[in-house]
Amino acid sequence: MSVEASEVQRIAHLARLAMSDEQAREFAGGLSDIFAFVEQLDGAPIDGVEPMAHPLDAEQRLRPDAVTETDNREGFQAIAPAVEGGLYLVPRVIE
Amino acid sequence: MSQETLSGWVRKLQAREISSRELTRLYLDRIERLDPQLNSFITVTAESALAQAEAADARLANGEQTPLLGVPVAQKDIFCTEGVRTSCGSRMLDPFVSPYNATVVERMNAAGAVMLGKTNMDEFAMGSSNETSFYGPVRNPWDTERVPGGSSGGSAAAVGARLVPGATGTDTGGSIRQPAAFCGITGLKPTYGRVSRYGMIAFASSLDQGGPMAVTAEDCGLMLNAMAGFDERDSTSVERPAEDFTAGLNQDLTGLRIGLPKEFFGEGLDEKVRGVIDAAVEVLKGRGAEIREVSLPNSHLSVPAYYVVAPAECSSNLARFDGVRYGHRCDNPEDLMDLYTRSRGEGFGDEVKRRIMVGTYVLSAGYYDAYYLKAQKVRRIIADDFRNAFEDVDVLLGPTTPELPFALGAKADPVSMYLSDIYTIAANLAGLPAMSLPAGEIDGLPVGLQLIGNYFDEARLLGVAHQYQQETDWHTRVPAAFA
Repeated sequence: MSVEASEVQRIAHLARLAMSDEQAREFAGGLSDIFAFVEQLDGAPIDGVEPMAHPLDAEQRLRPDAVTETDNREGFQAIAPAVEGGLYLVPRVIE
Repeated sequence: MSQETLSGWVRKLQAREISSRELTRLYLDRIERLDPQLNSFITVTAESALAQAEAADARLANGEQTPLLGVPVAQKDIFCTEGVRTSCGSRMLDPFVSPYNATVVERMNAAGAVMLGKTNMDEFAMGSSNETSFYGPVRNPWDTERVPGGSSGGSAAAVGARLVPGATGTDTGGSIRQPAAFCGITGLKPTYGRVSRYGMIAFASSLDQGGPMAVTAEDCGLMLNAMAGFDERDSTSVERPAEDFTAGLNQDLTGLRIGLPKEFFGEGLDEKVRGVIDAAVEVLKGRGAEIREVSLPNSHLSVPAYYVVAPAECSSNLARFDGVRYGHRCDNPEDLMDLYTRSRGEGFGDEVKRRIMVGTYVLSAGYYDAYYLKAQKVRRIIADDFRNAFEDVDVLLGPTTPELPFALGAKADPVSMYLSDIYTIAANLAGLPAMSLPAGEIDGLPVGLQLIGNYFDEARLLGVAHQYQQETDWHTRVPAAFA
């Protein structure tokens, strides 16, 4: 499969990655190679095979509904790019 | 002095032949003097190391005997360390000082280990050469023009050069074993679920597994004893009774059935590497092991299946890096979309972006069945191949890598880089324990031997490796420039 730069831009947008047209052209070759490589899966003998999502086919473990975390808001906010009054600041989202 | 192994230091510390402070100084001095040639550390925590060492000396004086008491170690910079930058080799997390410890770090601290610092790695553990790190490439101590392997390249190079007696790594597709092979050390990827992933920055959650990297199998067993164990904070942690991973070290190999998967000895394997592996097989035969040929007929599909499953999980896991609560944020964002896309565009390097895009694509509407679902089915048949093989044999053996450590910059196209993990990836897809140990030298470069075990059979793997290391001295060799 060959990926065009315009398709790279579409995927980059879905992945929320800013990308110039030049970068998109640079990525197109490598991505095309990877998708071509992955096409080897096409002939695999997988009729009737159950998909495997997890190596141990484990079931999700449940825990008692109890408070286990302590408040560490100050610690977490100390490493944030921008905070004020206990809130995380982002650009205006409502005009 | 620096030639001593981690287990040797444990004995000397317990016998009070050396203090933890002296030992910590010895290795900190080596790092300061020698690491500029390697770039194996991102952060050196000299001050806290000396404080930990003094605390360890006080406990040793009280006769305490926790398993790693006073021993210097390094943590791969993927493990969160409270109050210390945890970068994951990325610009995205360059400003991230973790507010908590990973379970692995907490457990090793409790065992008395002294952390010398955080080791370099491929960005977000995505790479096989340690060239994708935001902090620059790591160099191989055996030849500084060559790569140390990756993604745990900093840990492997640091142990290989004896800048630290043991270090942690993580292995999603070979990231402990391939660098261990390239740097001439011993490294173990445990069964999926053995070592807690809590506080270990996620790349591909159904594949990621932390493990020890050190000089000998015995060292790896001691480290794993401290690292492994059930953790309710990791939902995929396996609930099993605690185990002593050094228990099988002195197990005689008589009658042990070792399988050689014929697919691991086919086209693409360097003839000289094959010669080294053949010689290792003879050593194990001499210790009483029985050798059988086995087949893993679908193993050629493991790299393509991996490059659907791992990027899919990566694109989902790395969605959390949005520039809002921590990590890199772009300057003067115009709106929220601009903040997300530019923070991520600036914060991630090319290989991480490439994998996020592959994953985003294979999970996008209309493509899920053709890629992700198909890859998950292939994952099942690969795991079934192992299940069948382990009905006839106890351990599988082969090369860790198809070739010797390559030169920096030699693998510029992504697919050729991905193929350097051709023998290691299948064990991750199946979730099996696997290790690499030094088995020879070609043109002054180390060669790794891979052992793959059945689920939860780490003690047996370490036993086979230890018996091999009783008969050979490849693991004791140190590159001349670092001897």
